[in-house]
Amino acid sequence: MILDIIPSTLRMTTPLGYAALGGIYSERSGIINLALEGMMLIGAYGYVIGAHASGSAWIGLTVGVALGVTMALLHAMATITFHADQIVTGIAINILALGITEYLIPSTERVPGLPDFGLPIIGSFSILVYFLPILMIGSHVFIYKTPWGLRLRAAGESTEALKTLSLSRAKWQYLGVIVSGAFAGLGGCFLVSDVHIFTKGIIGGRGYVALAAVIFGNWRPLYGVAACLFFGFASSLDLIDLWNIPDQLIKILPYILTMVVLAGLVGRSRPPAALGKMKS
Amino acid sequence: MPPVLAICGFFLLCGIVLILRGQNAFEFYKIIFLSGFSNFDEFGSVLFNATPLIFTGLSVAIGYKAGLFNIGCEGQLYVAAFAAAWVGINFNLPSVLMIPLCLCAALLAGAIWGGIPGILKAKFGAHEVINTIMMNFIALAITNLLVTSVYREPGQMIPHTSPISKSAHLPRLADALFFIPDSNLLNASFIIASISVILCYVLLKYTRWGYELRLVGNAPDVAEYGGINPRVVTVWVMALSGAIAGLAGVADVMGYRYRFADSFSSGWGFTGIAVALLGKNHPFGVFAAALLFGLLNKVALDIELFLNVPRGLFLVGQGLLIIWLVCQEGLTKRKT
Repeated sequence: MILDIIPSTLRMTTPLGYAALGGIYSERSGIINLALEGMMLIGAYGYVIGAHASGSAWIGLTVGVALGVTMALLHAMATITFHADQIVTGIAINILALGITEYLIPSTERVPGLPDFGLPIIGSFSILVYFLPILMIGSHVFIYKTPWGLRLRAAGESTEALKTLSLSRAKWQYLGVIVSGAFAGLGGCFLVSDVHIFTKGIIGGRGYVALAAVIFGNWRPLYGVAACLFFGFASSLDLIDLWNIPDQLIKILPYILTMVVLAGLVGRSRPPAALGKMKS
Repeated sequence: MPPVLAICGFFLLCGIVLILRGQNAFEFYKIIFLSGFSNFDEFGSVLFNATPLIFTGLSVAIGYKAGLFNIGCEGQLYVAAFAAAWVGINFNLPSVLMIPLCLCAALLAGAIWGGIPGILKAKFGAHEVINTIMMNFIALAITNLLVTSVYREPGQMIPHTSPISKSAHLPRLADALFFIPDSNLLNASFIIASISVILCYVLLKYTRWGYELRLVGNAPDVAEYGGINPRVVTVWVMALSGAIAGLAGVADVMGYRYRFADSFSSGWGFTGIAVALLGKNHPFGVFAAALLFGLLNKVALDIELFLNVPRGLFLVGQGLLIIWLVCQEGLTKRKT
């Protein structure tokens, strides 16, 4: 029983972790990303389409990520080039993604999953589970230790900073949003490759939970994924009937904690200073 | 005019998709028109479909006017619906008392659910968008828990509550108007919605509160300088916005299902955002936009049935429509 929790936690954490890392890139560059849910959905959808057509999980993954990036491009174009409201655009993209999956309904047959690798005792997992910590550390290094990361953060902290260096803020914001689409797409791909079948509700609000993890993790890759691990653990608790607490109450724990952290009641979560701002 | 253009573009796009599918686009427009306006029965159904969207659209619009983004309509309408159902199940008074009592319970529940993010924003500066999203999930989970445990109708597998008392039913308009057939679902919640539209218009345009609300939305610094406390306005606007969204739940519980059913809303809270946007956040505009979306929701079924076009087409169109509108808004803002 207790041992079941570890694999379940890892499976729950992985899609959240990818989406949260994606969300961090976008929000660090100053663009609010409420479209994570839709980007994950379209990623999952792309995986099914690609894998079904070709029979190869890798093609599925490629198509999934490509569609995630396409959605992200749409978000980026609307918000960065046209200065559209970032919140509304994000929600519109979620609606759009849902519409696409309902209009061109993908096959409901089983699709191949990504290769698994076994770990002693706790079981074997998709390659994406192992890739997440690598990507997390890579993101941390990129954002905090490289000049590019500094520029990405500068785009999110001030509307003018990059201009004074004659750099384009828009360019770095495009980068941030596109990376978020690719990562969220990866998260969606993992979900389908894990269960092999696409269903309409496959994302089930995970995009929003990932966003909560971004805030909970104070917009930092390591903390963000740690938050996902915690949320994933919380949602795995229903495997052991812990003191008979109903499922639903455990599920809302991440949401309540996010509200508490956001209010600064415990610790303080500080968004990038120019998040959501297009003009100074 | 941009909204009208966007709507035309939307229908044009649908037509093009139909042609690309090798189908008759003219047939599509004909079905939309006939299924919406061919008689009072059909038109009544459009109004019935539009009712919850009028409430959620108004809710978003009122918030937006004050510079607040209420994405929590979905959660607010769930808690309000449950509150109305709870009163409706546990009391049995004459209609004159029962209906106002249920309405008050729903308004209060919605106001609390909207007010909490308002207080969090006013007191701690926490962004209302994130908090309303979180409150959505909390509302869904809690009502789901209640309706699958203590309040599930005894002996039923379906997660819904026992029916509410007959005296809490909102009357159908078919009972009063001879030209609407008895089977038509249009009920008094549409009248409540129409009154709400007018009240919101009066509030915004002719009252001190409306003035304060708009000032806080347009120029918070000026408002503060003028002796208005933006924090107070934030709290009451969010509470009001939540209360209005709650009425969308009332429309379902007291006007249609006569009980609380798990996950009864088909994304009304989110469609409300589109409705407010299309209606330019003006109460009358919201009313018109809600009618359009009510029509779309209604004809989506017929389109699927007669032309074998999946409903997703309308969702795609809706998403693109919203993006188009916000891009346009962004561009005009950028120029000024």
